[in-house]
Amino acid sequence: MNLQAVWSIYRSEMRRFFRTITQSLISPVLSTSLYFIVFGAAIGSRIQEVEGISYGAFIVPGLIMLSVLTQSISNASFGIYFPKFIGSIYEVNAAPVSFIEIVLGYVGAAATKSMFIGLIILGTAFFFVDLTIQHPAAMVAFLTLTCISFSLFGFIIGLWSKNFEQLQLVPLLVITPLVFLGGSFYSISMLPEGWQTVALFNPVVYLISGFRWSFFGMADVNIAISLMMIALFLALCLGIIWWTFRTGFKIRS
Amino acid sequence: MASIIQVENVSKVYDGGFRALDDVNLSIEEGEILALLGPNGAGKTTLISIICGLVNLTSGSVSVGGHDTIRDYRAARSLIGLVPQEIALEPFQKVLDGLRFTRGLYGKPADPDFLENVLRRLSLWDKRDSMTSELSGGMKRRVLIAKALCHQPKVLFLDEPSAGVDVELRKDMWEVIRQLRAEGVTIILTTHYIEEAEAIADRVGIISKGKILLVEDKDTLVRRMGHREMRIELLEPLASLPDTLAKYSLAQSEDRCTLVYSYEANGERTGIMSLFNDLNAAGIKLRDVDTRQSSLEDIFVSLIEDKPEART
Ligand SMILES: Nc1ncnc2c1ncn2[C@@H]1O[C@H](COP(=O)(O)OP(=O)(O)OP(=O)(O)O)[C@@H](O)[C@H]1O
Ligand SMILES: [Mg+2]
Repeated sequence: MNLQAVWSIYRSEMRRFFRTITQSLISPVLSTSLYFIVFGAAIGSRIQEVEGISYGAFIVPGLIMLSVLTQSISNASFGIYFPKFIGSIYEVNAAPVSFIEIVLGYVGAAATKSMFIGLIILGTAFFFVDLTIQHPAAMVAFLTLTCISFSLFGFIIGLWSKNFEQLQLVPLLVITPLVFLGGSFYSISMLPEGWQTVALFNPVVYLISGFRWSFFGMADVNIAISLMMIALFLALCLGIIWWTFRTGFKIRS
Repeated sequence: MASIIQVENVSKVYDGGFRALDDVNLSIEEGEILALLGPNGAGKTTLISIICGLVNLTSGSVSVGGHDTIRDYRAARSLIGLVPQEIALEPFQKVLDGLRFTRGLYGKPADPDFLENVLRRLSLWDKRDSMTSELSGGMKRRVLIAKALCHQPKVLFLDEPSAGVDVELRKDMWEVIRQLRAEGVTIILTTHYIEEAEAIADRVGIISKGKILLVEDKDTLVRRMGHREMRIELLEPLASLPDTLAKYSLAQSEDRCTLVYSYEANGERTGIMSLFNDLNAAGIKLRDVDTRQSSLEDIFVSLIEDKPEART
């Protein structure tokens, strides 16, 4: 294992993040604040409580997940696509580095970034609502797992994208709707019968539900099932990456 | 000398079905400077990319320092530094950070003194904190060289090092290359120019259409390629050649206004002085004189026509 190489990739990716730290943080913090104002204040004044929790607090886990998912995907996909695009990936390809080390470096950095952003948003939330986290350890675990698995997913998108349009397309067409329909801003139980069943096919529902459980001790779906779904997704992404590097490699001709 | 790189029966067919390399065999000696000479699209970059692990080969095998480049890729790649043909650098990365990154990829511990040394050698130390996007093209190329050197490779590949580089920088680069060779680094460079191969290489390989046509000591090759023609334009047509000029076996043009003299530029004596003396003695007046060297194309043609002898 060439740990030095993993660290080298990780550090240089993190450097890029910190070079643009203001942009990296301003946009999620700003959009979260807007969500609080629009959803928390405007809608919250009508809904007030969901299952005994103030609406403002109720949407916090969903808001964090929303940012963490999109950030993980965009950071990781861009992180590998950019050097491919400008050609500087040749260095990594010519170096004595295995694909596992490449994945660890790039995905590790992307996951760290989105974790960072998730925590910042959590911090921002404390300014707007009263919040107590019932299971902090589970909260951190859920957050970490989500960051890792969706960074892996983003990495796959970056590997396979042939142009910038494709890079934008998946997050736009798939992730945003899944997240919005995944119960970020409402409880699944608030949906009509039929739609509740449909929602169960949305993987994001399990993420948000599990994450919400770590905050409030209540969930739409059983916490064990939530965990299993993340594990499954993680395994699936790992499988795809392994297969990509096995067959086409995608970063080599 | 022992060979450090062995390329055996390597072929490469790209996805589109194009055969870029066709059964290439090449043995590179430790400590030599080998120039790969060939026209656009000959397969030089493809060959280098295969040795460095950037491109997967279709068939055959390559070993570097005795390590197979696929089975034992870590050991093989650790020995290699690569300067690519195209400038490909992270635009917002600082020069020194970029070097640290590359060194790290090779699993080497940080060594600020060594990196300073590399940068100074390439006159980049003043630019260590500049972003690569702020550098000129020539500086970027030197950054690529610095990156290739920052993990102390035993073999250095330079893919067209003199593309887009001015005379001054080219000389500096050749100087660095010679120093590296003196330190025992094996160097392989590609070029379109015979002059470049002539200036720094120990051996020259000629590659065309995916085949290596020959690999030869530079001196032998230069002698073989040193064939020159001098065209002598006359003020007045010359009906017949005087006997005193017979020994030069001159060719005459149709209109009898031009004489063509063939000679070896690298020969002991070119015979040019005595030809001029004899022309003068015969009372022949000259309008203009022009010489041309056999071009790369001429050499390819002669090599392809002349295969059995060429494949030494
Ligand atoms: N990725 C690729 N896919 C398909 N064909 C390719 C690819 N890369 C190179 N080729 C083809 O392979 C041939 C050899 O290309 P290569 O880059 O090795 O030539 P070269 O000798 O380096 O040329 P140049 O002097 O122009 O750099 C060319 O005909 C080129 O079109
Ligand atoms: Mg080339």
